[in-house]
Amino acid sequence: MVDDQLDKRLKDLGKRVKTAQAKRAERTGASGGGRGKPAEGMAVGVRITVEMIAGLAVGVCIGLYADKQLGTAPWLLILGFLLGAGASFANVLRTARELDARQARERQAAIDRARDE
Amino acid sequence: MAAAADGHGGGGGLDPLHQFEIYPILSINIGGYDVSFTNSSLWMVIAAVVAYLIISRGVGAGSLVPTRMQVVAETLYSTVANMVRDNVGDAGKKYFPFVFTLFMFVLFGNLLGMIPYSFTFTSHLAVTFAMAATIFVTITIIGIMRHGLHFFSLFFPAGAPLATAPILIPIEIISYLSRPVSLSVRLFANMMVGHTLLKVLGSFALMMGAAGILPLGLLVGITALEFLVAALQAYVFTILTCIYLHDAIHLH
Repeated sequence: MVDDQLDKRLKDLGKRVKTAQAKRAERTGASGGGRGKPAEGMAVGVRITVEMIAGLAVGVCIGLYADKQLGTAPWLLILGFLLGAGASFANVLRTARELDARQARERQAAIDRARDE
Repeated sequence: MAAAADGHGGGGGLDPLHQFEIYPILSINIGGYDVSFTNSSLWMVIAAVVAYLIISRGVGAGSLVPTRMQVVAETLYSTVANMVRDNVGDAGKKYFPFVFTLFMFVLFGNLLGMIPYSFTFTSHLAVTFAMAATIFVTITIIGIMRHGLHFFSLFFPAGAPLATAPILIPIEIISYLSRPVSLSVRLFANMMVGHTLLKVLGSFALMMGAAGILPLGLLVGITALEFLVAALQAYVFTILTCIYLHDAIHLH
């Protein structure tokens, strides 16, 4: 008799823990990202910054080099700068999209895990 | 205090950049090129040996109840294996040894650099750019070998109107060429900045006397953060290699 009651209470507790976990996964998933560990946030920031600078630097370097070879200064530098800026934006957009996709994947995995348990 | 005596630069203060100095241990000169065995080369050898020892000792036991070393080796292996599977797909299994070697080399380069008096070879742009350029060339060759001329469709996003080609193609080519730059600069900048910061704060702790307890406390936190950055940057370096590999194999 007492055993039965204990069993029922245990099952009830298990159910409550499960729903709480699912709710928590949904909540942290919905507001996640920005509240991650600081070092990870810094890594994302540095990554996007470097991505932005690298595109511009490559464009400008190609422009400068081509100008020097062809003697067309400063026109190819200007062209290289503009195209490099475009490449920077393309890089940043691509990085942001990829980070978004990964975050969505992790969020989904967390929710699935909580539901399964 | 020995570190302070070592670190004395020209200006009388402490020189935080002294740690990045390269000096030859064994001078070698072949055909007019200086190919000396430097402190940087020494630490690269140490990183390779340590990585080899950890993996071989960890795998050697192969018991059902793992030893500590085996847990380390298996965790490292499964981290990279998952990374390759998630980011490249099944076609990436072939390149797992390459990616794993890269990860171990960068990881141990970063981590061994946290030992006092050691040398962090990943804090030199020459080293990271050489690695990034090798990755870039290898991955481009893999892409061309798998897809032939079709590989160059990577430079024109599918579905864009043809009229935008004259702008989009140069932009995509520059974006592609900027990959080795961003890959190498990110690793180099993170390691260099972190280690310089440690030394600058360290010299504050020495100069401020009794009040130096404040920067010393900060230093403890920054050191912990540096360990995190060391592991995280090795991870980021490898995951980006995987993403580039994915692009070369699947073309978008």
